[in-house]
Amino acid sequence: MSGGRRASWSFLTGAVLVSLFAIAALVSVIWTPHDVSGMNISARMKAPGGDYLLGTDHFGRDMLSMIMAGAQTSLAVAIIAVGIGMAAGVPLGLAAAANRGWLDELIMRANDLAFAFPALVIAILITAVFGPSAVNAIIAIGIFNIPVFARLTRGAALSLWTREFILAARVAGKGAVRISAEHILPNIANLLIVQGTIQFSLGVLAEAGLSYVGLGAQPPTPSWGRMLADSQTLVGLAPHLALVPGMAIILSVLGLNLLGDGLRDMLDPKLRVVRT
Amino acid sequence: MLRFLAQRVGSLIGSLLVASLVIFLVIEVVPGDPAAVMLGVNARPDTIAALRAELGLDGSAVSRYLSWVAGMLQGDFGVSYTYRTPVAEMIADRLWVSVPLALYALCLTVAIAIPAGLLAASRRGRMGDYGVIGVTQIGIAVPNFWFAMILILIFAINLRWFSAGGFPGWDEGIGAGLRALTLPAIALALPQAAILTRVMRSALVDVLGEDFMRTARAKGLSQSAAIWRHGLRNGLIPVLTIIGLQFAFLLAGGIIIEQVFALPGLGRLIFQAISQRDLIVVESVVMLLVFAVILTNFLVDLAYAVVDPRLRKHP
Repeated sequence: MSGGRRASWSFLTGAVLVSLFAIAALVSVIWTPHDVSGMNISARMKAPGGDYLLGTDHFGRDMLSMIMAGAQTSLAVAIIAVGIGMAAGVPLGLAAAANRGWLDELIMRANDLAFAFPALVIAILITAVFGPSAVNAIIAIGIFNIPVFARLTRGAALSLWTREFILAARVAGKGAVRISAEHILPNIANLLIVQGTIQFSLGVLAEAGLSYVGLGAQPPTPSWGRMLADSQTLVGLAPHLALVPGMAIILSVLGLNLLGDGLRDMLDPKLRVVRT
Repeated sequence: MLRFLAQRVGSLIGSLLVASLVIFLVIEVVPGDPAAVMLGVNARPDTIAALRAELGLDGSAVSRYLSWVAGMLQGDFGVSYTYRTPVAEMIADRLWVSVPLALYALCLTVAIAIPAGLLAASRRGRMGDYGVIGVTQIGIAVPNFWFAMILILIFAINLRWFSAGGFPGWDEGIGAGLRALTLPAIALALPQAAILTRVMRSALVDVLGEDFMRTARAKGLSQSAAIWRHGLRNGLIPVLTIIGLQFAFLLAGGIIIEQVFALPGLGRLIFQAISQRDLIVVESVVMLLVFAVILTNFLVDLAYAVVDPRLRKHP
């Protein structure tokens, strides 16, 4: 993608969309237009408009309130999962780059192996053993994120290790750990932030998918994926039941992707981020 | 080449062994007795003991792992607790739905992505390019199971061109089978096509900047002839890698789409097994999916080495 104007356009659009969902999630903690789990059978499957801005579901619950509370689940799962991926993956990648040799070999082989387990498969394994829950969805997506960050960190750190300023730090007597923390990490932070945004958007998608098949957040925790699963048999009668949560997922993922693209272009146009 | 092949096969076997060990250990940490977990809280102790013996749980973990792996090597995945049928047979039945679905989706992915990528790269920086980029941006953001529901709403409920779900079986004829898989394959293919289009576009954009492309233009080839004769072949190498990886992803990702369309594939099998706590089936299906990913990676590596001989020396 080229051109500074486009970059700022995608950054702004992304930032607006992401802020919108972040605000919706935060506000839903203290206030929603209606009670999230409050059923009103006389107002079932109302089309959007009037008292219910985004309509009601088959129990007469307010869709807007559910979307706001669902944003909370979605964003929380994705943020923690990215956190797990970074907290484990970045040190592993730094260690692999600092110690070429058996440690590097071991970490990278483990990484190759981890790539063979898609998030869905990890979730299936975890759920089969511990039962479905939002926490298990977080763990599954988090584990999936580890090799992504480890590989990215290692690749970027390796090229830095050959640079003069690192050599200077070594001559000054700094050890590998200090160099990694003080010189390598700040120099790859931009790259990690951009990849973090992308993994964040993949996390939102993964959470929705897992909740849809019943492996994620369980009732009464509101979740966009489960709203879609609930609407499946009713979509012919009231299309807004599927359209509203679907648009919430699409707009938030689109926002995160645009934000990631915009950040990449702003921070360093030469950065190349791996999409997995 | 032989040494390269031996190295790759060695690492393939190593990966499979470690993956099987990981899966076995995860299932092994089931809190409490797997037999008691499978039978539920009200089971009588003698029933649990009988199931324990049947599952071979009385032996040590090492001997159980070895017999599981040895069984799989002979095509014996054990017997499903809930259905009392060999797991291998159940999986084989389901593969007749899941594999054709993944292949169908892969064909659609390629059929969409290659022309779209070509269009974007050859119109770089113009309207056509921005149009394709915009559409792929949305395509990546759409959850495939939601897209599947929308397809059902439009093409099954409103237009009645396809059925909303279910699978007639291949006995009804290839046409009927493919028809039932069409909407699922489209839903599965769309986000993958968006990703592949972007890969195709950026690979071609890289190639277009190469010296040999300038030479091709300088000797009088038109832009499109140069792309067709020289650009496509060189640009396709990274695209092929992604296509390989996507097949494995489509097979695993198909699990969710099968749920939307109530298709009797691996997805239905594994979700039923989870709800019935049929751990033997879960273990085997997960191993199979992981095997598919590892094997595809291996084949992609080999294909790469065939296309680019330099890689054989420095694997």
